[in-house]
Amino acid sequence: MGRKILLEKTGIENINTYEVYRREGGYSAVEKALKKMTPEEVVEEVKKSGLRGRGGAGFPAGMKWSFIAKPEGVPRYLLCNADESEPGTFKDRFLMEKIPHLLIEGMILSSYALGCNTSYIYIRGEYMWILRILEKALEEARQNGWLGKNILKSGYDLEIYVSPGAGAYICGEETALIESLEGKRGNPRMKPPFPAVKGLWQSPTVVNNVETISSVVSIVNNGGEQYASIGLGKSTGTKLISACGNIRKPGVYEIELGISVEEFLYSDEYCGGINNGKRLKACIPGGSSVPILPHYLVTKTANGEQRLMTYESLADGGFATGSMLGSGGFIVFDEDQCIVRNTWNFSRFYHHESCGQCSPCREGTGWMDKVLKRIEYGKGNMHDIDLLVSISKNIEGNTICPLGDAAAWPVASAIRHFREEFEWHIKEPVKCLETNYGLVKETELEA
Amino acid sequence: MPKVTIDGVTIEVDEGTTIMNAARKVGGEIVPPAMCYYSKLDKSGGKCRTCLVEVTKGSDKDPRPMPKLVASCSTPIMDGMEVSNKTSQKVLDARKGVVEFLLINHPLDCPVCDQAGECDLQNLSYEHGTEGTRFEEKKRVFDKIDIGPFIQLHMTRCIMCYRCVYTADQITNERVHGVLKRGDASEIGTYIEKAIDNDFSGNVIDVCPVGALTDKTFRFKSRVWFLNPMDAHRNCDKCSGKAVVWMFGEEIYRVTGRKDQYAEVEEFICNTCRFETKDLAKWTIEGPRHISRESVISQGHYEMQPLKIENNNEETK
Ligand SMILES: Cc1cc2nc3c(=O)[nH]c(=O)nc-3n(C[C@H](O)[C@H](O)[C@H](O)COP(=O)(O)O)c2cc1C
Ligand code: SF4
Ligand code: FES
Repeated sequence: MGRKILLEKTGIENINTYEVYRREGGYSAVEKALKKMTPEEVVEEVKKSGLRGRGGAGFPAGMKWSFIAKPEGVPRYLLCNADESEPGTFKDRFLMEKIPHLLIEGMILSSYALGCNTSYIYIRGEYMWILRILEKALEEARQNGWLGKNILKSGYDLEIYVSPGAGAYICGEETALIESLEGKRGNPRMKPPFPAVKGLWQSPTVVNNVETISSVVSIVNNGGEQYASIGLGKSTGTKLISACGNIRKPGVYEIELGISVEEFLYSDEYCGGINNGKRLKACIPGGSSVPILPHYLVTKTANGEQRLMTYESLADGGFATGSMLGSGGFIVFDEDQCIVRNTWNFSRFYHHESCGQCSPCREGTGWMDKVLKRIEYGKGNMHDIDLLVSISKNIEGNTICPLGDAAAWPVASAIRHFREEFEWHIKEPVKCLETNYGLVKETELEA
Repeated sequence: MPKVTIDGVTIEVDEGTTIMNAARKVGGEIVPPAMCYYSKLDKSGGKCRTCLVEVTKGSDKDPRPMPKLVASCSTPIMDGMEVSNKTSQKVLDARKGVVEFLLINHPLDCPVCDQAGECDLQNLSYEHGTEGTRFEEKKRVFDKIDIGPFIQLHMTRCIMCYRCVYTADQITNERVHGVLKRGDASEIGTYIEKAIDNDFSGNVIDVCPVGALTDKTFRFKSRVWFLNPMDAHRNCDKCSGKAVVWMFGEEIYRVTGRKDQYAEVEEFICNTCRFETKDLAKWTIEGPRHISRESVISQGHYEMQPLKIENNNEETK
């Protein structure tokens, strides 16, 4: 059994209540930090831990924290990103539902480290019941003296508020989140200035994912070095993976970074293999925005090495033959699934979620959606395939926020690896409505 | 003062100047096109992406090139920065892509659009667009909306530059104008079509780079290139009274702000001057307006003396 840090206690009955959480050692990290550590020491431990952002980009958390500007007399803010709207990603939800006090404890520690006296949890509007869970937990923490003025007589004050979004994926992008929290339309901001300098209400701000913040609890309790000893290389610690698709055991798993993809996909401890005895066709290892991998590149990299569940190994081969760990939304396709339909589905999503500020994303996502829909319904032309590649290239890198890239990559990678299937859809406009293409043959990989 | 080099031209500018404004100080070919940036409007820019440039050297301190193209209108220069605009194939390709994106849902109804001839999108596509289109889908359409008695909004033509939003926000005192919905369904809304009732609302017409916001007192009256623009002024208690009156013979067809070479008005004018002062006697004419932009309206030759027509026909002489 792999080591558990975040989900270690989720099996305990009523762990969602304050009494049980506290009885099981909860809030001891806050005691330790506030009584024995300076904020700088907490930052130092997080740096040592090598913890990387779990929201998608994998940016080292300790480094992000040390970038925050500290002008005299200006408040600083910590924002917890609980917007979790990436298709295929449902790990933060699990954590907040099962063990809400872990996030709150992490928020107190992180806020203390950053010197914030007001912090916010921005939660997606569709998670209304979790908002209530969190508010109840916050109230319990307040009642027991973990929030408010002069916490543990340390002189440190903190208030945490939960604020819901209104159902827009784009509000998970950190600057759109800030705009939304300020009560405005959730349009991403132009950078620079970065949130670390001018974020919420023009004050220095750090935005971190739910899982990132929750991981700080163990780092403070057991030390950064201990955390860094788990995992592999620069992928330290454990990661929550939300696995879904055609697997025997969909669900949220905590893995030690560094186990092989093969183990994760086929062992009974995790996904338990492909459902109904089918064969694997493709896998998207990090949520809908990351490139799709065909079956022959899932468990092995292009040069034949075993692929591991780490930031580095999943990205091995770059965009040509690799993908990304992303947010940990692990989506598995069996041989009966249609890549064209799936790609269209993702495109439809990004089309629907583009904020519409910048022209490449606003127009390009809608265009790709329409072309893919035609192909899926047997009305495509051969030149549509190259057209899609060209549109995705014209979007990628030319937009204000990474949603443009997130919309472009799935299309570009699907065509890169499954071009024959797209062509088949166009050549067989009737058959493609009745049956699926099946497995791709391993095309010759260009070196 | 920090130095920046754009397409090989080096210039010293104030700290914090954007690449776009540095280029505009030099002028000419090296200035990237702008469809959303408007120097008189705070926060404008960054959206259309036509002004993308390549930063080949970040600064003297950190010479690394920037990994992506950047929007020149909202990227501040650094000392020693080197920028390629027209000299970068990457920029030209990206710009072509952006023009294509701006046009795919645009109705291309120039023959019936009042903006034709002074349209930034028209000019941009002449210079950077392609001849044909690769877009075979249905275009997005919206219904026309009347914003009060003088202004019409035709969202179908809109390119979402947000200039009118900032205008309404920054120079009028009521915030009734904004963006509704998302993505390519987003539209400029005046919250339930409430008329913008404000002395300066007409400026949204001048800042609009396309024909999405038009002057209802001028609709379908004439093509702009048949008119003679004249600098004129009057005593006005609301604005400076400095405007351009567009004449056909002795008649004023429309009144606009005075636009510079980047199609930005020098000063915002009030609705009384714009919509309700079409009587020539109320204006003092200063002389022909020089249009320095490359555009069909500058083809009007109204600044030249009319050619004398020599009649060589013996019978009609
Ligand atoms: C379109 C878009 C959507 C995003 N959605 C989320 C999200 O739902 N949750 C999240 O934690 N990060 C999301 N991110 C990433 C955030 O911008 C940000 O990088 C992250 O919250 C930082 O936290 P971390 O460093 O702890 O990962 C999104 C980014 C983009 C561009
Ligand atoms: S890339 Fe898309 S979502 Fe991001 S700012 Fe531009 S239009 Fe909005
Ligand atoms: S002018 Fe710079 S992005 Fe529009």
